Amino acid sequence: MATNEILIKELADQYGRERTSLLSILHGVADKNNFLTEEDLTVIAKELHLSGAQVFGTATFYSFLNVVPRGKYVIRVCKTISCDMKNKDEIVREIENMLKIKAGETTEDKKFTLLFTNCMGWCDKGPSMLINEIPFSDLTREKVHGIIKQYSDIED
Amino acid sequence: MNDGKKINRIDSIFKDYVDNKFDYLRMIMKMSNEEIIKDLMDSGLKGRGGAGFPTGNKWKLAAEQPSGEKFVVCNADEGEPGTFKDKEILLKVPHKVLTGMTACSKVTGAKRGYIYLRWEYKFMKDDLQKSVDEFNEVLKEMKIDFKIYIFLGAGAYVCGEESALFDSMEGMRGEPRNKPPFPTVSGFMGKPTVINNVETFATSTMILSFGGENYAKLGTDVSHGSKLFSISGDTSIPGIYELELGMTLHEFVEKFGDGDTKAVSVGGVSGALVPRKKFKDTIIGWEGVPTGGAMILFNSTRSIYRILHNYLDFFEEESCGQCTPCRIGCQQLKKGIEAVKKGEEDPSYLDTLANLSKVMNVSAKCGLGQSVMNPVLSAVNNFREELIY
Repeated sequence: MATNEILIKELADQYGRERTSLLSILHGVADKNNFLTEEDLTVIAKELHLSGAQVFGTATFYSFLNVVPRGKYVIRVCKTISCDMKNKDEIVREIENMLKIKAGETTEDKKFTLLFTNCMGWCDKGPSMLINEIPFSDLTREKVHGIIKQYSDIED
Repeated sequence: MNDGKKINRIDSIFKDYVDNKFDYLRMIMKMSNEEIIKDLMDSGLKGRGGAGFPTGNKWKLAAEQPSGEKFVVCNADEGEPGTFKDKEILLKVPHKVLTGMTACSKVTGAKRGYIYLRWEYKFMKDDLQKSVDEFNEVLKEMKIDFKIYIFLGAGAYVCGEESALFDSMEGMRGEPRNKPPFPTVSGFMGKPTVINNVETFATSTMILSFGGENYAKLGTDVSHGSKLFSISGDTSIPGIYELELGMTLHEFVEKFGDGDTKAVSVGGVSGALVPRKKFKDTIIGWEGVPTGGAMILFNSTRSIYRILHNYLDFFEEESCGQCTPCRIGCQQLKKGIEAVKKGEEDPSYLDTLANLSKVMNVSAKCGLGQSVMNPVLSAVNNFREELIY
């Protein structure tokens, strides 16, 4: 993981070695690798003169900082009330069928992870989902089929 | 029976009343600090995030702190289910928010401002950064010693609670602090901090340009002005509406319901779930049911059990786990309603659960655990059969 050490040093140079920089540095690493490894967290702790437990504690608190391996595209379907009422189950089923995984799982080729998320502020246009940070709203089975297909077609 | 006001649509937030978007700033910077505070006090503006602390008072308290490092923080961690108006404000009229923050810095003497943007809104971060850069440039030209930064959150409902938000900015788990001290005394980095919601800053800008007394002509004696409502659920016209405060829920449902509305969550999942029979007696505002603006409508095809279960699932996941009443309480409430529904517990167990939620209301450390009581009591008291059968 030599590359991440360099990245972490660069991020620390950019944001500073204060504890207030921690979230920005965690974001920086997660943006590049989709998730944070234990080694990343240890290197960050050393770089910021914090204990590993402090960094691990912060990293595991937040739902958008992944500390377990995730696919390149993380799909998060909103499961909170307004989207739930607009039949989010149908959207999830369509994605599960297409990717041949269940919610919570990652495809074998490590391209997609399917998760649920709590309210993301598209209640008037539900059902909705995020693929990484890109929001998609007013979903229908056909629409989500097209979106997932588009992402599937992206070459690595 | 309460007559309440008729539905009255207002257009102060999304419409611009000046030729140049920086005119608000130029106008406000000519005002004295006393004039700014007076206008906000006269307007009767209370925080639009939901907690409702008088904004003018908050700014004044921070201004009265001994000089030294102070901060202005804009809470853009809009996470209450059913709320999506702050997103729209930041997309459409960010300059009003930035101007409000600058007015606050003028009054308090803060040199740095932060927008805590929830991760879910990361898609707009680059555009918002452009607006912020442009605004910072104008501040520099006007020789105003204030700079605004964006801080990206990482996904946690509880970080909408102001002290948890500060902890998060400081690189820690977003766990609410004990209060007092309040943020105006000890906020971000332990320094005096004014933290307001996105809508509150935008509204402050408009109050300062219209005049506080003019603004106070809208609304009621207790709930002044207008506010944005995020409307979703069983309605044919979901979306964001700016409405004068003081209408009854009956008026509201007549306009936005689908003719079959049986309940409305006023204030999202942490607000009351008001049943149809109380629509006429319920004023939307501080004299009735207060709200951050989330209005979720449910028609008679919806199961209150499923709704409450969804809410409790949300609270269970979003509880920060720091205090026992909230951490264990949310879990037990969810398990409890499941057990009653399955017949494993006697229907009277619902009263035990209602009591548990009351205990959480008085013993939980922050608003998250305290407000779980609202939907639980509404459901147990008004929709008991639906929770049993």
